Amino acid sequence: MSDLATLLESWEPVIGLEVHVQLACESKAFSPSATSFGAPPNSLTDPTVLGLPGALPTFNAHALELALRLGVATGAKIRARCRFARKHYFYPDLPKGYQISQYDEPLCEEGGIELWLGGVRKKVRLQRIHLEEDAGKNLHHGTASLVDLNRAGVPLCEVVTLPDLHSAEEAAEYMRALHRLVRWLGVGEGDMEKGQLRCDANVSVRRRGEDRLGVRTELKNINSFRFVHRAIEHEIARQVRILEDGGQVERETRLWDADAGVSQPMRSKEEIADYRYFPDPDLPPLAVDGPTMRKVITTMPELPVPRLERFMREYGLPFDDAALLTDDRERADYLDEAVRAAGDGALARPIASFMLTELLRVLDGQPIAKAPVAPAALAELIALVAGEVISGKIAKDVFAKMCASGEGAQHIVDRDDLRQISDEATLRGLCEELLAAHPRQVEQYRAGKDSLLGFFVGQLMKATGGKANPALSTKLLEQLLAAT
Amino acid sequence: MVLTREEVAEIAQLARLALRDDELDALRGELAVILEHVEVLGQADTIGVEPMTHAVPTALRLRADQVEPSLPVAVALADAPAARDGCFEVPAIIKAAT
Amino acid sequence: MSAELAYAGAAELARRVRAREVSAVELTDAFLARIDAHDGALGAYLAVDHEGARNRALIVDAMIAAGQDPGPLAGVPVGVKDVIVTEGLVTTAASRILDGWVPPYDATAVARLRAAGAIVLGKLNCDEFAMGSSNERSGYRPCQNPWDLGRVPGGSSGGSAAAVAAGLAAATLGTDTGGSIRQPAAFCGVVGLKPTYGRVSRWGAIAFASSLDQIGPLAGSVEDCALLLEVIAGADPRDATSIDQPAPSLRPALTAGVAGLKVGLPREYFEGALDPEVAAAVRAAGDALVTAGAELREVTLPHTRFALPAYYVVAPAEAASNLARYDGVRFGHRGGGRELAEMYATTRAEGFGPEVKRRIMIGTYALRAGHYEAYYRKAQQVRALIKRDFDQAFEEVDVLLTPTTPTAAFARGEKAAPLDMYLADVFTLACNLAGIPGLAVPVGATASGLPIGAQLLGRALDEVTLVRAGAELERAFGTRRPPAYEGAA
Repeated sequence: MSDLATLLESWEPVIGLEVHVQLACESKAFSPSATSFGAPPNSLTDPTVLGLPGALPTFNAHALELALRLGVATGAKIRARCRFARKHYFYPDLPKGYQISQYDEPLCEEGGIELWLGGVRKKVRLQRIHLEEDAGKNLHHGTASLVDLNRAGVPLCEVVTLPDLHSAEEAAEYMRALHRLVRWLGVGEGDMEKGQLRCDANVSVRRRGEDRLGVRTELKNINSFRFVHRAIEHEIARQVRILEDGGQVERETRLWDADAGVSQPMRSKEEIADYRYFPDPDLPPLAVDGPTMRKVITTMPELPVPRLERFMREYGLPFDDAALLTDDRERADYLDEAVRAAGDGALARPIASFMLTELLRVLDGQPIAKAPVAPAALAELIALVAGEVISGKIAKDVFAKMCASGEGAQHIVDRDDLRQISDEATLRGLCEELLAAHPRQVEQYRAGKDSLLGFFVGQLMKATGGKANPALSTKLLEQLLAAT
Repeated sequence: MVLTREEVAEIAQLARLALRDDELDALRGELAVILEHVEVLGQADTIGVEPMTHAVPTALRLRADQVEPSLPVAVALADAPAARDGCFEVPAIIKAAT
Repeated sequence: MSAELAYAGAAELARRVRAREVSAVELTDAFLARIDAHDGALGAYLAVDHEGARNRALIVDAMIAAGQDPGPLAGVPVGVKDVIVTEGLVTTAASRILDGWVPPYDATAVARLRAAGAIVLGKLNCDEFAMGSSNERSGYRPCQNPWDLGRVPGGSSGGSAAAVAAGLAAATLGTDTGGSIRQPAAFCGVVGLKPTYGRVSRWGAIAFASSLDQIGPLAGSVEDCALLLEVIAGADPRDATSIDQPAPSLRPALTAGVAGLKVGLPREYFEGALDPEVAAAVRAAGDALVTAGAELREVTLPHTRFALPAYYVVAPAEAASNLARYDGVRFGHRGGGRELAEMYATTRAEGFGPEVKRRIMIGTYALRAGHYEAYYRKAQQVRALIKRDFDQAFEEVDVLLTPTTPTAAFARGEKAAPLDMYLADVFTLACNLAGIPGLAVPVGATASGLPIGAQLLGRALDEVTLVRAGAELERAFGTRRPPAYEGAA
């Protein structure tokens, strides 16, 4: 694709994403059957989900609250009264022949999602966030299709960006940021493999410096993070190639085929798409009342990007560490809680690096909620290191014991006599014994083989069971070796 | 109000109604008469009038997020014209040519 | 059974059942026998549930024997329009597309009737999906007018009105989207009440035009309509458009009289194509109210002429949308086709009748991109103006008195052109557009003996005043029955 990289010096991709976010509700958007994943086909239906004659929709209060969280977190304008509209098309997975969605009066408009891209902070502006219901699933089966309506009616919100993204990398990073935000807020699980986060991309390219947008294609069926990048990059390359060859991009909807790694045009519908939107007469306008708004605002957590920046500013963390520790909210909470327990901001950085190395290693991909050591206990351990009570190396052993037994760091150190030897006279005596025991190495060192210092430190550690204060030991050994 | 035959056919297509030619022709005439009658709405002065989407102005009552039992699969499928493997069965959806 | 029982009325029958003067089973059997004897020629029923009705009656009798009160409709045999779903009892909306569909649930209104002790005898004929004004558009068979089998019973709730008039149910449920309760009530000489929009839950009412549809009772008397509405009304969590108000208490208003009541005669309803006999009867109704102490004044509803065009945009648009679910996938009729698109188009072409197709076509047209503003949105704005007319009139008067229909029942086949048929609803549509309640009450007959109905329109949620004035008209004009059904079954 280096060939593409060269071409992109003269062509600018313009990308907007429409992402469907499944809201973390127990029951469906417009009826009370369950939303569980993996249930037997058609076992999660009711008259409303099936679109039976006479059935009516009623709206799930929690879906509203979750969508509002996302709206408030993105700084969107929240409509005091929004409206549901019917969007009509015929498809077997759409039981009523229309989807209840929102059209010209969506819940949220404007706002944006912030993300860091190559060391630069960027805000991807949103056009809207609206509420809607999911469709069911068609399984193709030879000359027939089978329809499972379990997913029909599952509450979604659709997050639509302005065409603010300019590369496949940016689009992928936006998806990660949105995914993080959705989970951060408890709005949804965001599992792309389960279809809880689904992405459609509008892609066009134009000559750099050109104001007008090029002809765009809509790319559907991008259902994993990996494919966001691949599918969009593929589409950019496809369009650039067409334009370079003097051709024209056709305005069409294309389906990403992950297996083949290419997109295919969807069969041009044999008719003009006309969704015939109109306000759903079964659902009066949805009013967002004061108490609901207040609840959403007052329970709004510090968001990922501000928190990342605070970690850099207050805790002095490097960007990469701050990013890793704000990848999910529980991690960030863990750090904050540990620092609070330590009562010393200066410990933030060693706590953070211990988390990123030791704790994450122990967790082995599990969420931080599974951490075997509570934040305050970790803070106690790191305080012992900072206070030179134990060495960093001993700290790892102590941590292992904490994980195994749940005992506190101080307790383990005391019981197992793991305190660091920092008394100069004691250490000096030990060092002298060591040098006396290794006359050949002393001679070699003095002959200029400086690297043997490590050998002596190692031997000292071995002799003290790792308890010798490493800095002091090094200093003393240097002094003694330099003497004579 | 003149409707072309193509327009009528297009509406029938959108509405998923297979109509015979004679039906299309008859509907073309009938629709034209009705739409012409409806044209009179243009005479009503509605500047600044909020459309009345609901007969009685109310805000939407919300339902608590609580699950109620689903219909048994057998009941959900009971009246299906065709079913297989716990699913509704429909004729093939013609997909994009590959 | 004696016609006396068949016409005794719901309130009286419930009283007798509760007083053990007659058992629910006896009553049910008697009505079923009358249906078996008369309905072949009349066509009021699409399905009769002999077994279910008897079983239900047995339960009611058992409750009474056990000293329990089955409710205010104890043992009362009722019929339900076929656009209202009934659990376990085939429901088709009189459409071939729902041929044989057995719903897995009850409409709220039906559940409430049952909970009050009523016995559902069967499903009543109507125009397909409630689209029509004559019952000639039933997908199964037409229903006739009990007063003259050559005439239509009105529509769409023709079966509901005819069954009451012929004594084949003590009371019935209908639905009213543009006059579908009131117009057939007037044609058949019975009382029909269209409640305020949202008064009765639409859960289980097969949607025609969701913003206009309302379930309501038809019965032989104002009292019975009031009783049924008391039972079926009230907020329902399953219908987001149901009004958050308890069921009103209506029966005390039956004897309240009309002294001091201000009654308006809307000028626009007495102009144009109004049959002189109907006009005279309605004016006589006004006089009767004055005699009883009411005050009569002329009012104006200037946007009346826009009601029909507004209705014929709003109703078909919503209908086209509501009928999209009949696709041959999950229930009902499926047409042939090896490929999905073909299956859809044949299913719907075979399953829907011509009037339904016509409305789907109009509605689809009106909602198309580029048409929406000029049609649906414009019509909804006009609706607001029509509502405003009523609001202003109700600042001056308490209730409006109008004809229900321009003529008495017309002959079968008389209104062949769609627009002519639509004009039969010209006086009833505005009420639905405004969401206000309306009551059709018999006020005499034409020289040839066909019933004439007056229409009372009230403020939103003020069904009480309709019952007050309606009961007064009933006292003044009495009730009449079609002679052919007076004999024993």
